[in-house]
Amino acid sequence: MITVASLITLLQTALPVEGEQGGGLFTAIDWARAQFALTAIYHWLFVPLTLGLGLIMAIMETKYYRTGDLFWRRTAQFWQRLFGINFAMGVATGIILEFEFGTNWSNYSWFVGDIFGAPLAIEGIVAFFMESTFVAVMYFGWEKVSRGFHLASTWLTWLGATISAWWILVANAWMQHPVGCDFNPDTMRNEMTSFLDVALSPFAVGKFCHTVTSAWIVGAVFCVAVCSWYLLKKRETKLALESIKIGAATGLLATILAAATGHKSAQDVAAMQPMKLAAMEALYDGGTGQGLKLIEGIEVPYALSFMATNDFNGFVPGINDLLRGYTREDGTVEPSAKEKMERGRQAIADLAAYRKAKAEGADEETLSSQLSSLNSNLPYFGYGFIKDEAELVPPVAVNFWAFRVMVGFGSLFVLFFVVLLAAIYRFPKALWKDHDIASLPAWHYWLAILLLPCAYITSESGWLVAEFGRQPWTIQDMLPVGASISNIGSSAVATTFWLFLVLFTVLLAVEINIMLKQIKKGSLTPDPSPKGEGSSFQ
Amino acid sequence: MIQSMFALLYTPLAIWRGAGGEASYSFLQHYWCFIVALLGALLVFLLFVQGANSVAGSLGRTEQGRRIIYNSTGRKWELTFTTLVTFGGAFFASYPLFYSTSFGGAYWLWMLILFTFVLQAVSYEFQNKLGNFLGPKTFQFCLTLNGILGPLLLGGAVATFFEGSNFIVEKSNLLTLPGGVGEGLVISSWANASHGLDALLNPWVLVLGFAVVFLARTLGILYVMNNVADEDLRARGSRHLIGAAVPFVILFVAYLVHLLLKDGYAYDPATGVIFMEPNKYLHNLLDMWYLLVILLIGVVLVLWGIGTDILYGSKRSTPTGIWLAGIGTVLTVLALLLCSAWNNTAYYPSTADLQSSLTMQNSCSSEFTLRTMFYVSLLVPFVLAYIVYCWRAMDARKITKEEIEEGHHTY
Repeated sequence: MITVASLITLLQTALPVEGEQGGGLFTAIDWARAQFALTAIYHWLFVPLTLGLGLIMAIMETKYYRTGDLFWRRTAQFWQRLFGINFAMGVATGIILEFEFGTNWSNYSWFVGDIFGAPLAIEGIVAFFMESTFVAVMYFGWEKVSRGFHLASTWLTWLGATISAWWILVANAWMQHPVGCDFNPDTMRNEMTSFLDVALSPFAVGKFCHTVTSAWIVGAVFCVAVCSWYLLKKRETKLALESIKIGAATGLLATILAAATGHKSAQDVAAMQPMKLAAMEALYDGGTGQGLKLIEGIEVPYALSFMATNDFNGFVPGINDLLRGYTREDGTVEPSAKEKMERGRQAIADLAAYRKAKAEGADEETLSSQLSSLNSNLPYFGYGFIKDEAELVPPVAVNFWAFRVMVGFGSLFVLFFVVLLAAIYRFPKALWKDHDIASLPAWHYWLAILLLPCAYITSESGWLVAEFGRQPWTIQDMLPVGASISNIGSSAVATTFWLFLVLFTVLLAVEINIMLKQIKKGSLTPDPSPKGEGSSFQ
Repeated sequence: MIQSMFALLYTPLAIWRGAGGEASYSFLQHYWCFIVALLGALLVFLLFVQGANSVAGSLGRTEQGRRIIYNSTGRKWELTFTTLVTFGGAFFASYPLFYSTSFGGAYWLWMLILFTFVLQAVSYEFQNKLGNFLGPKTFQFCLTLNGILGPLLLGGAVATFFEGSNFIVEKSNLLTLPGGVGEGLVISSWANASHGLDALLNPWVLVLGFAVVFLARTLGILYVMNNVADEDLRARGSRHLIGAAVPFVILFVAYLVHLLLKDGYAYDPATGVIFMEPNKYLHNLLDMWYLLVILLIGVVLVLWGIGTDILYGSKRSTPTGIWLAGIGTVLTVLALLLCSAWNNTAYYPSTADLQSSLTMQNSCSSEFTLRTMFYVSLLVPFVLAYIVYCWRAMDARKITKEEIEEGHHTY
């Protein structure tokens, strides 16, 4: 799965793109993009389980706190062991990303660091310290602190991870839809003008809700998969039956919320990133009353127009419309790519002229006139770095299929959790009277187990849509990838790419093996007598 | 001096009330420099995790002894990690040109640092787990590697604040047209192909780097002596302290003397022009006498903490040298880092092009961003408070061999 995703990334960056530097394979830009994609994809293998399983284990420890039942303590400790194995990899893969903005994207770091740096700093101060402090209490404090303090620590560990997700998604949302800033020609960078616009951008809110709820799905599917394995092997039956209830309920809630917030996210994309939507739909020639493609050749009539505009006959621009330019329904004109590129080059030339004039001590009138010209073309500044309009089209195939994988499996998960909860609670009774969740045919459990890799693929697909869809931009319309990188030769970045690939793959293999062995080991002791003190916490 | 102290009290109030202006922006630049320096100082203190790991074999002596040490530092490693990440994030938010120049330029130096920390992050959790097909020794090696290279390279990176680095900044590169794309557009570039490794050819960079290695070891031993209730280990710790502290003191004193006697990178705040000034850092300490006081107090505390545990560590029920030496480390490093940047000093000097050197003035974020982050920084005391609270709660009962053998979650 990882190898496939990495290969897709490599192929996309390796294929010659007309107009890209060198006009051939694996330029420095290609390797920098590939490395960021690789590290982000690996990091996203572990973060969803931290967020999702963190919620589930906190619920279980709450049950222990409220009932005093040692069974729930043992159960919470079991899931925390699995959480811990995954958490370590999440931390390991995350540190690279924090610094990669500087190491591989130094132009970007300067150009928008005044805005982008703040969420990252806040993430560290508010979220990471919370996670790192309370996770130690969670792991090692069972015999050192009170039950209430320990429970609070477990919830705060999860909360820290969730707050961390908030701030990094604020940062990512700002890349997709930059707000709350103005360009300063004297400092040659964008500068923040409204923190609230950045931190509470509707784009960020939607992205956060959708991403976190999708992570809960991964946690829920993981929990259900492990429980299914136990039920299949007729082991840890009580732990499996009680845990699967929490996993299934969390999963159903998460899938419904993810679907609702996903719709909101798609509408944001339609409004702010129409080229991304067009790529997601492989829509080359847009129009009114657009259908939603399930796959090429099969579509739901009018659904895309409704999804994008809340109007069955709403206009949805295609790739060619966005390149050629078109007139919107309200009469305003979307310029063609060629015009945007010309105006972008003019903006860059105006900025250069302004800086030169200022250095030479030109009068206010001259400077004002140059600034005026700059400001009129500033919205297209980023287009000035684009050499060929073909660069403005994101990888259509990746976006199209990744979106379908995400929505397809997402829909399947809704059905899965509905059926699972029905089976657990035997509703309706008539349907389930001859079936017991603890003694279903083996293929049922195997299906639940096999949905686990599907959950990861779904989760990664969402990020492929988000990040491939915004290409060629690091900051939408403001700065393309070609103008964002550091001055590092392609061989250096290629070397670190391969080192990360080998390192993370080996560590992933170790992590999976440890996880499987830990699951096989189980919760270590037999079930205690009901509500009794039973054996020790082990 | 009275005017400065008045400004120190009045300006935060003015910022709170939303008043802007040059004084406000200058205060914010100095304030954020202080916060970043404080994070850097705390990071150096928290490198006791790395230091203890680097001596775990010899200090622990047996496999069980080594395991106790890993479990001791294993309760704190994430704090060090988080402080490093937050240090980077705070630097990015407050001084983005440093972030882009240093990380984008000294690529190999930072990649090596990050690699060792990536290895550390998983090594605790994975080393003794069933299913670890690489074996425990692989991850123990990773902890040792991080224990030596982490402090060495971080110390070396800090040394470049005083020794200079080989980079050029030219913002107009971004405006390269027509056809400009890729490396030709880059604003900050390393001036040679080594991308940071050339810093290690400067002997003074290595002196400070190894000083930090031995300081980390010293602090690590002090920490383990405090945190683990084991008489044998404490007795060995007292002896090992000499082997770590002596080289640290020699290297640190050597670097400090070098620093006070060397030319430094000054700048004219009115014009922004950077120039060399003989004994610049000595002048900084004399001009900012309070930093000199902090430095001296810090040095005394470090030596006191080390001396206390060498002489009495094995005799006391709970050696407390770590607290004296830890606070002393924070004060000393804080004073040195502020000395590198305050008082019109270029904190990230360029040896390739003097005027490309970074100062607080030419590399910081906008006033709006620094003011916004000022409000966020008011949370820092609360963060420190809950860290201290949890630390005390967890360390109230020291680690014992029995806890490691019978504990629910151990490494």
